[in-house]
This record gives sequence, C-alpha cells and structure tokens, in this order.
Amino acid sequence: MAERMGFFTDTSVCIGCKACEVACKEWNQLPDDGFVFEATSYDNTGMLGASTWRHVAFIEQSRPVQLPSADDGAEDSVDRWLMASDVCKHCTHAACLDVCPTGALFRTEFDTVVVQSDICNGCGYCVPACPYGVIDRREGDGRAWKCTMCYDRQLGGLEPACAKACPTDSIQFGPLDELRERAEERVARLRADGHEEARLYGESPSDGVGGAGAFFLLLDEPEVYGLPPDPVVTTRDLPAMWRWAGAAALSLAGTVALAFLKDGSLRRGGRHHRWGR
Amino acid sequence: MAECHPVGFQWVMEAKARGARVFHVDPRFTRTSALADRYLPIRAGSDIVLLGALINHVLENGLDFREYVLAYTNAATIVSEDFRDTEDLDGLFSGWDPDTATYDPRSWAYASTEEQPPAEHVEGGRRHAEAAGPETYGAGGAAAHPSPQTDPTLTHPRCVYQILRRHFARYTPELVERLCGIPAAAFAELAEAVTANSGRERTTAWVYSVGWTQHTVGAQYIRTASILQLLLGNMGRPGGGIMALRGHASIQGSTDIPTLFNILPGYLAMPHAHRHDNLEHYLEREGGETGFWGNRRSYLVSLLKAWWGEAATEDNDYCFGHLPRLTGDHGHYTTVMGQIDGTVKGYFVIGENPAVGSSGGRAQRLGLANLDWLVVRDLTLVETATFWRDGPELETGEMRTEDIGTEVFFLPAASHVEKEGTFTNTQRLLQWREKALDPPGDCRSDLWFYYHLGKLVRRRLSDDEIDRPPRELTWDYPEHGAHREPSAEAVLREINGVGPDGRALSSSTQLRADGSTTCGCWIYCGVYADEVNQAARRRPRSEQDVVAPEWGWAWPANRRILYNRASADPEGRPWSERKAYVWWDPERGEWTGHDVPDCEIGKPPDYLPPEGARAQDALAGTDPFIMQSDGKGWLYVPSGLADGPLPAHYEPHESPVANILYGQRANPARRTYDRPESPYNRPGPLFPYVLTTYRLTEHHTAGGMSRPLAYLAELQPELFCEMDPRLAARLGLGNGDWATIVTSRTVVEARVLVTGRVRPLRVEGRVIHQIGLPYHWGWGGGGLVTGDVVNDLMPLVLDPNVYIQEGKAMTCDVRPGRRPRGRALLDLLETYRHG
Amino acid sequence: MGQVKAGTAVEGRDAEFRSYYGRPVIKPPVWHEPHMPTYLYLGGMSGVSSSIAVMARLTGNPRLARTARLAAAAGASVGAALLAAELGRPERFLNMLRVFKPTSPMSVGSWILAAQSGLSAAAASADLAGLLPAAGGAARLGGRRGAARLRGGLGAALLGGRRSAALLGGGGDTGILGVAEDRGFLGVAGDAALLATALTGPLTATYTAVLIADTAVPAWHEAYRELPFLFAGSAMAAAGAVAMLATPRAQAGPARAVAAVGAVVETAAGTLMERRLGMVGRPYREGRAGRLMGTARMLTAGGGLLAAVAGRSRVLTALSGLALTAGSLCTRFGVLEAGRASAADPAYTIVPQRDRLDAVPGEGLQG
Ligand SMILES: Nc1nc2c(c(=O)[nH]1)N[C@H]1C(S)=C(S)[C@@H](COP(=O)(O)OP(=O)(O)OC[C@H]3O[C@@H](n4cnc5c(=O)[nH]c(N)nc54)[C@H](O)[C@@H]3O)O[C@H]1N2
Ligand SMILES: Nc1nc2c(c(=O)[nH]1)N[C@H]1C(S)=C(S)[C@@H](COP(=O)(O)OP(=O)(O)OC[C@H]3O[C@@H](n4cnc5c(=O)[nH]c(N)nc54)[C@H](O)[C@@H]3O)O[C@H]1N2
Ligand code: SF4
Ligand code: SF4
Ligand code: SF4
Ligand code: SF4
Ligand code: SF4
Ligand SMILES: [Mo]
Repeated sequence: MAERMGFFTDTSVCIGCKACEVACKEWNQLPDDGFVFEATSYDNTGMLGASTWRHVAFIEQSRPVQLPSADDGAEDSVDRWLMASDVCKHCTHAACLDVCPTGALFRTEFDTVVVQSDICNGCGYCVPACPYGVIDRREGDGRAWKCTMCYDRQLGGLEPACAKACPTDSIQFGPLDELRERAEERVARLRADGHEEARLYGESPSDGVGGAGAFFLLLDEPEVYGLPPDPVVTTRDLPAMWRWAGAAALSLAGTVALAFLKDGSLRRGGRHHRWGR
Repeated sequence: MAECHPVGFQWVMEAKARGARVFHVDPRFTRTSALADRYLPIRAGSDIVLLGALINHVLENGLDFREYVLAYTNAATIVSEDFRDTEDLDGLFSGWDPDTATYDPRSWAYASTEEQPPAEHVEGGRRHAEAAGPETYGAGGAAAHPSPQTDPTLTHPRCVYQILRRHFARYTPELVERLCGIPAAAFAELAEAVTANSGRERTTAWVYSVGWTQHTVGAQYIRTASILQLLLGNMGRPGGGIMALRGHASIQGSTDIPTLFNILPGYLAMPHAHRHDNLEHYLEREGGETGFWGNRRSYLVSLLKAWWGEAATEDNDYCFGHLPRLTGDHGHYTTVMGQIDGTVKGYFVIGENPAVGSSGGRAQRLGLANLDWLVVRDLTLVETATFWRDGPELETGEMRTEDIGTEVFFLPAASHVEKEGTFTNTQRLLQWREKALDPPGDCRSDLWFYYHLGKLVRRRLSDDEIDRPPRELTWDYPEHGAHREPSAEAVLREINGVGPDGRALSSSTQLRADGSTTCGCWIYCGVYADEVNQAARRRPRSEQDVVAPEWGWAWPANRRILYNRASADPEGRPWSERKAYVWWDPERGEWTGHDVPDCEIGKPPDYLPPEGARAQDALAGTDPFIMQSDGKGWLYVPSGLADGPLPAHYEPHESPVANILYGQRANPARRTYDRPESPYNRPGPLFPYVLTTYRLTEHHTAGGMSRPLAYLAELQPELFCEMDPRLAARLGLGNGDWATIVTSRTVVEARVLVTGRVRPLRVEGRVIHQIGLPYHWGWGGGGLVTGDVVNDLMPLVLDPNVYIQEGKAMTCDVRPGRRPRGRALLDLLETYRHG
Repeated sequence: MGQVKAGTAVEGRDAEFRSYYGRPVIKPPVWHEPHMPTYLYLGGMSGVSSSIAVMARLTGNPRLARTARLAAAAGASVGAALLAAELGRPERFLNMLRVFKPTSPMSVGSWILAAQSGLSAAAASADLAGLLPAAGGAARLGGRRGAARLRGGLGAALLGGRRSAALLGGGGDTGILGVAEDRGFLGVAGDAALLATALTGPLTATYTAVLIADTAVPAWHEAYRELPFLFAGSAMAAAGAVAMLATPRAQAGPARAVAAVGAVVETAAGTLMERRLGMVGRPYREGRAGRLMGTARMLTAGGGLLAAVAGRSRVLTALSGLALTAGSLCTRFGVLEAGRASAADPAYTIVPQRDRLDAVPGEGLQG
C-alpha cells in the first residue's frame, strides 16, 4: 500500500468561496442538488450528500455590539463568520465500509474509502452507519455515493479537484503524517496569536474512528459546524451486539421449546410421531 | 475581495500569515470581513469622511513621510491666489458656474510667475462641457505647469500642504463617528495601524473595487486614498500602492485597448469634432509637453500607421482625419437616452447584458424597444436579447410585443475557453490563453466576428471619399481553420508594433513620430519583443525571484510596480534594506534592482532638466511619477477633474441625511438626467433606508454566465435581501420571508436573509438601517434560477469624471410580503412617486 | 443563527446544545416504509415459526408444525422479496451474496436469510408436496425436478398470504390434511431442512436487531442490548399469533404459550430499553414513533393477556392473534420511525457525545 493520503482542512483560512464544491461537482460530474433558498446564511446546500461531496458551512456568530452613542441598547451584530468545507473523513475505522454487505465500499492503496458504483446495490446500510452523516443514497439512481478523495486523479498523480481549486489552501492534500505535523504547527501558531479556540478535529488516531483521513482545524466546537463532537465507529460494539443477539436467540429458542414441553401434547398418546420414524 | 476576487485574495491570506494586519471597511460584514483582523462597518457613501479623517490625522500629527512628500509630491507647490476651497464656499470650489452646472478650473492652477499654459490645456470646465464634455479627462495626461513656484518649508499659506491641512481640518474622528457610523475607538485603531505601518521600513496598501467607484464621487474616493498614500510614502514602493481590483476578466485590457467611447488605445484622448481639426491641433491641445506624455506624437502616429499602413503618410496627417470624432457625451446612459429619444437607431451589445446589469433597467429596455435594430452577441440568450417577448414591462402592460419594432439579431459567441488571446488582469499583466476546445455550433469568437464583418463591409464600399477610412484600413490577418479564424497572435504582434526593419519592437521608447514605426497600443509595446509572445511565458514562481518577471508580461515594459523610482530615496538609495526594490548603481551608472526600473535607466538621481527640455528630458532625476507633466505625485490636482482639485464629502444623490459639512448636499457636478424615464427618490421619510448593491462569489454580474449553470445556480438560487435583525423585527419579517423593496424607479421582491452581518448605524443621532441586495438575477437569460432585476431600482446618476453610475448608495423603502403584479405594481409606484 | 440553542428536556434537566441550524449530524436511514418494517416483522415471524415448527414436529403436533412450516416459509420469502424491493438497485440483490463479511450484519443477515428462506421453503414445500396426489412420484423424482418443485413452493409462498391462508383455512378443524405417511426422500429432506431452521430461525428473528443497532442512529445503537430481546419477543408474539390463528385451537396450545411469553418479553424489553436509554430513548415515546410504540405496547399486552386466557375460545383466539400481529407490526414500524426521528434531531447525536466528552476531561478533542 502506498503512503496514506489525506486532507487537512484548515477552516481558519477558508473564505467560503465554494470553489471546492463546484470543482468536485465538475470533476465528478455530479447532479445538482436542487435550487432551494435555505435562508441559512450563505449555505444553500445544507449538508454532505449523495450529490454534494464537499460542503461549505457558514456560521454567523454574534455578540452584542453597542452602537456608537446609542441609547437604545445593545444590538446583535455578527462578529465572526465561520466557514468550513466538510468532506468524507475517510475514517481509519470506517463504519460505512464495515457494514457494506456487498463489498462495494473498499479501502484503496491510498488508504482511502471508496464506493465501487458497479457493485453497490443500494442497500442503504452505509447511510445510517456513518457517524458523520456523509454517505447517502441518491434518489432515482439508487446507489450510495460519497467523496472518493479523487481516486481517479490520485491514480493519475494529480491532487484532488477540491484541493486544487481552493484559493487559500484551506484544503491541503498530502501524506497524512505530514499533514498532521503541519496542522500541529498551525494550531500552535494560532494559539500563540491569541486564538485559544483553535483545535484539531479528527487528527488523533485514538479517537472513536481511529483517526480521520480528512481532519480539520476548527475555531469552535465541532457541533457548531454540524460535526459530531465524539463520533465512534458503530462496529466497535459489534461483538457485544452479537453477544446480546445470541443471548436473545437462545432465549427465544429456549422459550419456544419450553412452551411445547409445558404443553400437554408430549404426554398425549397417539399423536406422537418420532422424528423421521 | 474574498467575495469577488477569491483567487487574488490568497495573497492577502499569505500576507496575513506573514504578519500583515488586514482591515476591512464595508457596509456589510462579508466573507472578506470574516478573514480580516478588523472589520469597520461604514454607511455606504461616506468613505471620503473616513479617508479624509486619516489624512487629517497624518497632517495634524506630523506623521507624513516628509522626505518623500517633499521630493516626490506637489506638497510644496504654491497654488493660484484665485483658488477658493469648499471650506470658503460652503461646499463649492472656485469656478463653479451654476448655469451649466460645471466648474471652470482655471482658478485651481498653480501660481506661476510665468505665463499660464494655453487655456485649452486646462482641462475641464465650461469649454469641455460645451464642446467635448469632460469625456477626455485624464486621457493623455492632464497638463500642469512643469516648474511652478514652490515652498520647501511647506509653510506658505497657499502651498498645497497648507491647503490640504485647512481642507481636511474638519474631517475628525468625531465626524467619522457621526457620518460613517464608525466608533472613534475603531477609527483610532485604524489610524494607528496605517501610520505605524508606513515609512521607510514599512508600507501599507489600499485595495478597492466598485464599493469605492460606483458613487457620484467615485473618482474622488480614489483621489482621497491617493493623497493619503502619497503623504505616507506608500506609492511606487513594494507592499504599497492603491490596488484597483478590476471586474470582468480583461476589463483592464478593455480600457488599455478601449471599448470606451472617449479614448484611443493607450489612453490617448479621442479626437473631438470641433476642437481637433488636424493632428497638430490635437497634439497641441491634448496633454502636456513634459513627462512621457510629451511623446504622444510618436504614440499616435505609430497607432495611425498600424491602422492605415501605407495609406498613412506625413502629407495626410497619417490619416488622422480618418479617426472618428466625438461630438459630446456618448457614454452608456446618454446613449440610452438617445435611444429613447429616437436619435440612436442601431445598437451592438457585445458581451454585456444591460437589460439586467445597467442601472435603471426600465430605461434600458425602453431604449432597446425604440431601436430599428439590435445586435446581441452573447454566450446565451440574455435578457437584453429577449426583453421584447418576456421583459417585465410586458407584465405591467407598459409594453406590448406587437408594438416593439426593434429587429433583434442574436449571434452566439465563443467563450474564453473556445478561443485564444490574452487577458490583461488587474495588475496590468497580460496572460496568453490557449484555446481549449472548439466553440459549438454557430458560436464564433469576437475576433472572428469583427474581422469578417469588416471584410463584408469592405466588400460593399464605394470609391466615395466617405468610404476611405474603412477602405484604407490594414485588414489582413492570417486566417486558419475551417471557419477562417483570424490569428490572435498576429493581432498581438500588430499591437506590439514593428520597426523600420519589419521586426517586432521591444520598447515604446523606440516609437517614432516620422511614420517609420507602427504600434497598436504604445503601452503594450514589448509584449512581442524578439518576435516572442512574451504574454505566453509561464515560468513557475518557484523558479524565479519574488517579482517573477517571467510570468506573463506586464505593461509597460514588463514593470510590475509602477513609478517604482519612488522606492528609492532622492539620491537613488533604497529607503531601507527591507524595502529595497530598485536603486541607482553609481558604479555602473544605471538603475537596477528586482524590477524593471520605471525611469530612464541611465538618468542619474542628480539630473536636472535644462531650460526648455521636453518630454522625459524635462523630468529631474528625482521625479518618479513620469507620466505627470511635472513628475510629481499630485496631492492637489490643478487640472483634469470635473468636480474639484480636492476630494470633499458629499452625500450620495439619494441619502437619508443632510450633509453636515457643507450647505452643498451632493456633488454639484454629478450627472443627472432630468426626465420622466429617470425619476429620483425625494428626500424624506418615504424612503428611510440606505440601499447598497453588490456581488456574490457564486454568481457573475448580470448572471448570464452563472444562472444557467446548475453548479452555481444551486449555491445561490434566489434573489435575497440582507437586513439586520432589528429592522426585520420592526417590519415583521422573518428569515426566509418575502420582502418588497421600493424606489421611485420600481418595485422588486426578494427573500429575506436576516443577518447581524448588516448593522444598523447611528448616523447623525439617527439609527440608519442599510439593506443589501446582490444584483445577479433576471427573469430569463437561460437561467435555471430567476428573480427580479435589482438594477431596475437604481437611479440614473453618474460620477462626472468617468460616468459611472451610483450603484452603491441610494435610498429605498421596504415592505413585508411579495410585490404586486401587473397594473397594481404601477399603482403602488405612483403612491411613492407622488405620495 | 448557526448555533441553534435548543432546550431539550432531559430527565429533569435542560440540555443546552449547539448545532448547525438544527440540521441532523447523521443521515436518517433511507429504508422505505412499509418495506423495511414489514420485513422486520416477517423475518421475526418466520424465524420463530421455524422454531415452533421444529418443536411441533418433534413433539408430534403435525397440524401446528404444518402451519408453522408454511408461515416460516412465507415470512422468509416474502420478507426477502421486500428486502430486494427496498434496494436502490433491486436487480443487484445477488450482490449481497458476493462476499461474506462478518463486520456487516447485513451481509451476515443476508446469508442467514438466504439459509432461512431456502430451508423453510424446502421444509414447507416438502410438507405441501406430501398432500398432493402425485406427491409420492414427485418425491421420488428428487434431483433437478425436486429443485424445480421447491421453486414452485417458493413461488406459491411468494404469492403471499392469501393463497397459503386459503390452503390452511381449508384445513381448519376438519383435519382433512392428514399427515403424509409415505415420507420418502422428500419428506426426509424436508425434515432435515426443518431441523436446520432450528438454528437459522432464532437468528433470523434476532439478527435484525443487530442490523439496525449497528448504525450511528442513537436510538438504535444505544439500544443494542435490549433490541434483540424486543425483537425476539415481538417475533414470538407474531409467530405465536399466526400459528394460533391458522391452527385448530386444540393443537394451538404451544403457539398460544409462545405468543403470551413473547408479549411479556417484548413489553419488558421495551420498557427496560426506554428506561435505560434516558434522553436517547425519547424518540420511542414521542411523535409518530411514540404513538406507534404506545399502540404496540397496548396491542401486545392485550393480545398476550388474551392468548394466556383464550383457551379454546374462537373469538378470543382470533382477537388475540390479530392484536398480537398488529402489535408486532406496530413495534417494527415504531422502532424504524424512532430511529428516523432520532437521526433527524441533532440533539440525540450531539448531547450524549458532548456529555461523554465533558465527563472525561482531557479525552477526545484537544480543547
Ligand atoms: N464572484 C464574482 N466575482 C466578480 C464579479 C462577480 O459578479 N462575481 N464581478 C467582477 C466585476 S465586473 C467587478 S467590477 C468586481 C467588483 O468587485 P467588488 O467591488 O468587490 O464587488 P461588489 O460586491 O459589487 O462591491 C464590493 C463591496 O462594496 C461594498 N460597498 C457598497 N457601498 C460601499 C461604500 O460606500 N463604501 C465601502 N467601503 N464599501 C461599499 C459592498 O457592500 C460590497 O461588499 O468583481 C469582479 N469579480
Ligand atoms: N446594481 C448594480 N449594478 C451593477 C453593478 C453593481 O455593483 N451593482 N456593477 C456594474 C459592473 S462593475 C459591471 S462590470 C456590470 C456588468 O454588467 P454586464 O456587463 O451587463 O453583465 P454581464 O453579465 O457581465 O454580461 C457579460 C455578458 O458577456 C457574455 N460573454 C462572456 N464571454 C463572452 C465573449 O467572449 N464574447 C461575447 N460576445 N460575450 C461574452 C456573458 O454571457 C454575459 O452575458 O454591472 C454593473 N451593474
Ligand atoms: S466519514 Fe462516513 S462515509 Fe466517510 S469513511 Fe467515515 S464512515 Fe465512511
Ligand atoms: S448502499 Fe452500496 S455502498 Fe452502501 S452499504 Fe449498500 S452496497 Fe455498500
Ligand atoms: S477529493 Fe475529489 S471527490 Fe472528494 S470532495 Fe474533493 S473533489 Fe470531491
Ligand atoms: S475552496 Fe477553499 S476557501 Fe473556498 S470554500 Fe472551499 S475550502 Fe473554503
Ligand atoms: S473567476 Fe477568474 S478572475 Fe475571478 S477570481 Fe476566479 S480565477 Fe480569478
Ligand atoms: Mo465590473
């Protein structure tokens, strides 16, 4: 396997231009997501989905601002506008991949997680399995879709389309280890500059998904950006689940058996047939 | 900048990463504000107050870069006794003529012991208004006396420095707070940062775009910034300057090789029918004799030679007579009035969508509907081509298709990826672009269109004298391909120009006035030097130094920073190690450095012009501003402007507040159209809010290039209006609701985006609410998303220097709910016009 | 604004949490109604029916065994059909059997279901074949023809309940459906298949709990302990009900017992689950899911009670069977709906995760 490739999305320099969204759609020839005015700041795509593999979030944060020489009190004025480009995390322990019954989702030589659309049968299982709400089934098409980390471009030695298009290098693509180092430095720098709130999200291999292949620098809590604060790969509990299901199955079988044993039928003569005779 | 120039904004981010502090001044908190260190909300239309207060802060605290100011600006120059300031005349400068509503600028001139330059040299004023109008202001360089009286102590009461001090004395932080709505503390922080970051070791840059230009005082906004930058020594130096972020791809190219009615290539003035009988006359009357404009004869003759070739001879004034002539203002809005009046019969609309993109959409469409013929060349069927069958006036009943006689020709155009050629970007950089694919169907490049149209026209010419100009044109580019596409490279070579040996020239200094050289645009001379397409160079920045001279080609002479002589001190030494850019090398006896020096390479710093010298020879070795007739940066502009030698704050044409500085409320010289198609909002409570318009990253201008694209249309699917929560609450509007915006022009509906990014400001003791509207929507244009035309709300009122519309600050009313339809819309409008 | 502050009452306290415009963090399950919940019901019913059939066969209750065999086959095959129909690309149903993935409950489940439907169909068709005049001949043919017949049986089952019900209904008390004396190859194979369902049956009835628990849907994932019991109970109630309804009352005693116990298990597991889940369990109590779960609770409890006392009363048996069937269906629809609701409201994703982070200082994010 080649070196593990990944994304470091530094949201502190994102200008919300959405070039990444458009570049992704353009390269992957994705359908549009409909033309709906959402009235949620400048975000009209809402969230990642089957046809939106990069999604830029816009968060307007206000604090009371006193109008100069105003007597009529404080006013809520925006003083921070956070923008962040979200993408599939290409989890180390990827729930979508784990639960896929057909093997359509697989791990590539770049250690990324990709759907093979010719195998996916649209069972939809990966959809609720993803702890980040990334992958989705496309209506009409019936298959599940998500970011491939531009597998095809990577095979051709190109960087992913979204990273290529990003004017401010908010999206950085490269070997994951290098990115992690760079990200640590960036956080340290931001904190030194007084941005105490700067933090990394998804870079730690000890988190609930074993570390994300696409991690982020955030300026607020993850949930503010629509990200789960402490995601866990669902299959972590799978052995326990099977144990409980096994117990239930055994109890079930036992109960049924008991129902018959208690029933008089065993004792009643004449109707008794021995198995197989 | 992040919104409209996101790719350029990466360099701001890079500067920030290296420690630069970024301030953003805008009525709305935008994507740029989000990334800036400080955001200053401002009332739209009040920036001169802010900039003026910065100037005042510099002057009153002695923070100017004195050595620079003394050597490189006209601070010491003494102005005529006749000059009266706005401070003396309650908002007017001397020379105001209320009858013609124009200035006679003679009293603005420098005091001189010598004879005044000929009256025609003093641009502006009545004569211009009557004859040429101010159409050619600035073109060819405004002339000023080359060696005026000066006072190097800067104490003479009539020296520019003292005039400035008096003029800006009332522009105080308190005024900023009262008029702009910017708190004094925020102003103090800005003033401190700007001044602390200027001087020998540091430079500050200002970046602007149409938030500064689309005002009735647009040109004066930029002037105010220029004064500040000159005082702080921030011009001609790395990291300094005033960056105009330009618009459409190659809009810079379209002023260099102009699509404007009033200039010829390379900013030569367009000749006027009555003022310029012949070449001599023209050269005498347009521009000064000193500085590089002193060579304009070579520039113009070479241009004429490029156009008329063999036919252009010394005997026939090099065909100067073939040039079209101005008879007055032929600007966009005046032309539209001509259409309505029936004096303009035919119209070419090339790569423009005025039915949506220009102010006063209704007037635009009334004009289009009154033409005999209309040619639209565009990528898609834009609204300008379809207004007659689906325009908003059909809905209101003001127009009926069967009554419109205009014959419309739609000719599909090839897009920029479907043809080769250059873009000239915002920093004057020409970049060659290859054709990526063939245009589909009948789409053809604009070059193809004009070239073959020209050939068709020429085939129909008679031997009559009147047909001589087109007949004698050189019109013979090599063609290639099935569609006989003319060679764009041949055009570029013609623009570059050739010498007597038939070889491409390498510099405009080689141009001659004797007809031995040709050049299609003197400032572009050198782009084809050594017979190589220099614009096509793409050496990566990693392979060259920071100036990256081998990436494309910048006019003039591949210089990356204009007037960079100012990056060295008068003796030719860098102001500081840190800011070293070009400098005089005494050993080699020439200028050297990182960039191409913007001066004569062998002219020593101690050069003093001999008596009677002309052109560049008249400039001293210390003069960096080589296009100016005196080589100086003009803090005070003795000629060339229509509305005064100094910037003064005037309220926008439509403003909710009075001008507390002067009795004169708005720019007296502003251009208005006093006619029924151009109604204005009356001051008063009917229109209580400030309206500003702007762009979104997700769309492009009138939308013809973005609304038809699903990937862009889905990102901003509907016209919306941004308003602050308090106003929304007062109007009973919730986020996502519909609102109706009213001006005396029309009524437009939009979804509501309630956002704290737009702040109400306390101005003159009143809370002023501002409404923001992006203007990318129209009813058609092949758009996947449609919406009302915001420009239908705009007034027809222009800056008097460059005729740009005031699109950034006006008044309006807002009503909850959707707008009325049909006749009811007109009824509502009536109540606002006369109610 | 971006940080919607929603007050979510959580067991006596108010959780302030922040989210992105109140949008969900995770994707709700895309599975459609009625396909998926009906499948969950049918799978459960089929699984337990198999257990009943096995026990009935072992304990010599042929009438009960036959109904249960047929119910098991019908449930599994109709369920499989529904599952296929639920796919975005039904024509690629067989891609399920491309791989066997232990990490995917759906993969494991597909194999279980494949086995269950195959085996139960074999068991049922063998049984049915014995009834036909040509049964002996057909039985002796075996091999390819047998397989064809098996498919025929499957086809019959696929035609749905009406046909089988008619067949069964024809039986009733009159007992015309005697036990095939000549068992032959078919009979032996059928019995072998039936015996095998002793394993696949309980798994079919309970794996679906793992199937939905193994997701990020909080109301499902967090319930992974109780869900298998809830489903097992629901399945017992469902299968007991079908057997009760379709078997002469005299022979249906064990079915009634299974149903009654199932009702108890379902009720107990459900109650326990909701209590233990706390805030995350709210979707089971609120909205459409809450109403479904409440109705299910009533129907199941009532049906179970009736089953316990019905004895040989025709009316009570019918009432009980119908109530239990409806109850089980409601449970499945309710659970699916609760999952959807819990995915749609970011509170259920964010609040527990945030609490988890806040409880363990220094864990998770570098703050
Ligand atoms: N994505 C995108 N990019 C574009 C374009 C596009 O349509 N879309 N258009 C191109 C073109 S043609 C042009 S000209 C440029 C224009 O580029 P910009 O000038 O950046 O464009 P605008 O958004 O029109 O205006 C800029 C800002 O000016 C603010 N503003 C309004 N009034 C005032 C004022 O009085 N003072 C101050 N300080 N600010 C004010 C507005 O709130 C707005 O945020 O962009 C070019 N780039
Ligand atoms: N309210 C308000 N109004 C404004 C402004 C504002 O800020 N506020 N800004 C003003 C400014 S700065 C500008 S520049 C104008 C822009 O306004 P317009 O120029 O009227 O609008 P565009 O949509 O840019 O029109 C350009 C057209 O050129 C077509 N096109 C693209 N490439 C080619 C080509 O190669 N050949 C040909 N023939 N056609 C081509 C496109 O499809 C498009 O329809 O809007 C102005 N109007
Ligand atoms: S983020 Fe979701 S879709 Fe992406 S790899 Fe992880 S689990 Fe799969
Ligand atoms: S929908 Fe496709 S990718 Fe997702 S789990 Fe099912 S088969 Fe795998
Ligand atoms: S990596 Fe490729 S597929 Fe993934 S978001 Fe970026 S452009 Fe889209
Ligand atoms: S392209 Fe880069 S800067 Fe633009 S929205 Fe995407 S991540 Fe942000
Ligand atoms: S559209 Fe072109 S010119 Fe405008 S920012 Fe993007 S790359 Fe630059
Ligand atoms: Mo523009």
